Amino acid sequence: MASKQITPTRMELTKTKKKLVTARRGHKLLKDKRDELMRQFLELVKENMALRQKVEAGILSANKNFVIAKAGMDEATLNTALMAPKQEVNLEVGKKNVMSVNIPVFNTTTRTADANDIYSYGFAFTSSDLDGAVKSLADILPDMLRLAETEKACQLMAAEIEKTRRRVNALEHVTIPEAQETIKYITMKLDENERSSQIRLMKVKDMMLEEAHHYSERQ
Amino acid sequence: MYKIAVLGDYDSIYGFATLGLDTFPVNTREEATETLVKLAGGGYGVIYITEAWAAELKHEISRYQEQLTPAIIQIPGISGNTGAGIKGVKKSVETAVGSDILFSNQ
Repeated sequence: MASKQITPTRMELTKTKKKLVTARRGHKLLKDKRDELMRQFLELVKENMALRQKVEAGILSANKNFVIAKAGMDEATLNTALMAPKQEVNLEVGKKNVMSVNIPVFNTTTRTADANDIYSYGFAFTSSDLDGAVKSLADILPDMLRLAETEKACQLMAAEIEKTRRRVNALEHVTIPEAQETIKYITMKLDENERSSQIRLMKVKDMMLEEAHHYSERQ
Repeated sequence: MYKIAVLGDYDSIYGFATLGLDTFPVNTREEATETLVKLAGGGYGVIYITEAWAAELKHEISRYQEQLTPAIIQIPGISGNTGAGIKGVKKSVETAVGSDILFSNQ
């Protein structure tokens, strides 16, 4: 002990005992929180990885298609074709509470309901490769949005898990042992005080008997 | 109501404009930083950024990591996949678990 000064009194003892109970309870709750967060995180991160691989492959092939499309016509035509987008995506961000971590929920609405309404150009001057390229990109958009959702959730949960783990460890290895040791120290000190006053009383009684009757109890 | 932005070099991102996402082509580091800060504060819920630019703007991106919005998501650019996106996922596993137990063999 001795790291800090404790006054060995009954009041301090009661206080420390209460603190220990609270710390134990907090430790149990935080441990449960960490375990549940970890379970959900592992589920989510697996999905995240799968989505990411899918999206990256999708974007890669879409990029290839765009390069081919670009090669088939001159840059000015391409730029004109893509200059005024027809479609517009609006995003609604909700949040979901998972073990006190707020994770985002994305909801998208497009301006026109028709999913094929993505070609912002007349078909006369552009190559058909461009249509394919645009379509391939449009196909991975839902996955990209889902990826954004899960990846953000994973990042937030990872940060929360780390924080919770630190708290659990601090309680387990610092706060609880410290409280236990304080309780032990105070109990021993109090017992010691009690014994010493008992002895003192016995000694005083001896002395008083000796004085009154010249009689020693011990012999 | 939020919107979705795509940030990166022009060749990598021009296709996304047809889908109704807002594209922001950037060329210099200052421009990219400025655009990112503006987008993050300006009603964009999701910002897709090419891996090459994400590597440049690591510091700026880490500031938004613990906020609910914007979600800054890396996508491969036209020059190919650098693996930074996958690394990001692995990193969050590492933060949470302590070591990468899920994807260490990938």
